[in-house]
Amino acid sequence: MSAALLEATDLRKSWAARGRSVVALKEVNLTVAPGETLGLVGRSGCGKSTLARVLTRLTPPQSGAIRFRGEDWLALSGAALRTARRHMQMVFQDPLGAFNPRATVAGALADPLRIHDLVPPARRAARIDELLERVGLTADYARRSILELSGGQRQRVAIARALACEPSLIVLDEAVSALDVSVRARILDLLVDLQREHGLAYIFVSHDLAAVKAVSHRIAVMEAGEIVEEGPTDAVVDHPQSPAARALIAAVPRLIREKP
Amino acid sequence: MRFALRFTRSGPGLIGAVILALLALAALAAPLLFPGDPLKIAGPALTAPFTDPAFPFGTDRLGRDVLAGVFHGARASLAVGLAAAFAALAIGLVVGTLAGFAGGFIDEALMRVADAFQIVPGFLLALAFVSTLGASMPTVILAIALSAWAEPARLARAEVLSIRERDYVAAARIIGMHPLEIAFREILPNALPPVLAFAAITVAGAILTEAALSFLGLGDPNVVTWGAMIAEGRNVLRAAPFLSIIPGLALVSAVLGVYLVSEGVSDALRPREGRAA
Repeated sequence: MSAALLEATDLRKSWAARGRSVVALKEVNLTVAPGETLGLVGRSGCGKSTLARVLTRLTPPQSGAIRFRGEDWLALSGAALRTARRHMQMVFQDPLGAFNPRATVAGALADPLRIHDLVPPARRAARIDELLERVGLTADYARRSILELSGGQRQRVAIARALACEPSLIVLDEAVSALDVSVRARILDLLVDLQREHGLAYIFVSHDLAAVKAVSHRIAVMEAGEIVEEGPTDAVVDHPQSPAARALIAAVPRLIREKP
Repeated sequence: MRFALRFTRSGPGLIGAVILALLALAALAAPLLFPGDPLKIAGPALTAPFTDPAFPFGTDRLGRDVLAGVFHGARASLAVGLAAAFAALAIGLVVGTLAGFAGGFIDEALMRVADAFQIVPGFLLALAFVSTLGASMPTVILAIALSAWAEPARLARAEVLSIRERDYVAAARIIGMHPLEIAFREILPNALPPVLAFAAITVAGAILTEAALSFLGLGDPNVVTWGAMIAEGRNVLRAAPFLSIIPGLALVSAVLGVYLVSEGVSDALRPREGRAA
């Protein structure tokens, strides 16, 4: 796999706040190979969520380039962009806020199937059941309202919605941060299983190094809008080079840090 | 189905619905119970209510049946109130959603127009409109709608502005949903409850504006309305106060019914905040 799935170069983004501009990203470069998980860690406010939103084209960068699946990702617009979006999905931090409060589980999962015409209408219900079962829910959740589900169940539906698009990359923006510890571990397991099964690539954004370490092949550490350190997971965790990485590792409870 | 169920569970909504249903029934039954022109002279002038079984609510200065007037007046008041409020809300929702979702120049332009309409007192605007174009039902409806669309527009815009930043709108973009579908399927339904709650004020206001226009003699002269009946009774207010009080009570119950129904509707529409554990 020589060609990178996603390659971002020199991304810059600043926000205007009360006349002053606040730099959120300065010259960010990163690559993700097919089937690989890149963990993106950093303290709150280091620009990792902005980076996630820039990569998914929710927010335009000021400058820089993104190549995704061999195409100029930033050049796409209108219908071409909407069609291409299928390949890069996103799971949000707040599992409640990520769904229309009026939606049912089936409705939320039917949208991507309908929009991209992935499954003929007659087979959609069956496909929705299949997706639900794949993320560890039973088919009878389909009729329920999103509001009737717990946080962990909602996040499973959010993952199912991303899967419905049959993407090659999923950006997980603090996707497990709002969940309690036992639920979090099960969702992480699910993500790893799905990756093996479908060859998905992930960008796993989190402030929680323990969660990142559990799923990532490589880790990039962000600090003040820059990637200050990048490397294979074990190398970064065992021999951190930058102060930012050392601070993050020091913040992880001891039990997780120690190797048996 | 679930909406209907939740609506009937709301107490005020049910009471309001009953009141409005009775008024609507009265409006529909008017030509059957009181055939012919309600403006025709039916008996002796100024019969007091509850004295003559032929005219339970009495007669006015010209000997017209007050009960017939109230029934026929329900038609005009409800029709004008609902039509005008519907038009005002439709204009307001479309303008507000477009302004909020499009932003930029379109937003500025639409909101300045709304400002212009809001600066002029609504009733004066309706008055000027009707006195220029002449008093007829469609003019009255249009005049009331024009004086009332700006506020729902502003409300819808504010709601849309806050909703379009939510994650579920971002999620809809991520799965490749068309912007128009996002605006009208994801955003508009969620912006609706506060606007619908406001609809009551609009409907009630429209009914009252129509009554006020009729009171000033600017209603359609060929149609009986409660406002015109109240105005008619004003001339003999001391001798026969019932002539103003009876249509006045009808007006109050209509406005109250609309308010209660909207209360029930907004209760039933509000997504439940209940979190499953």
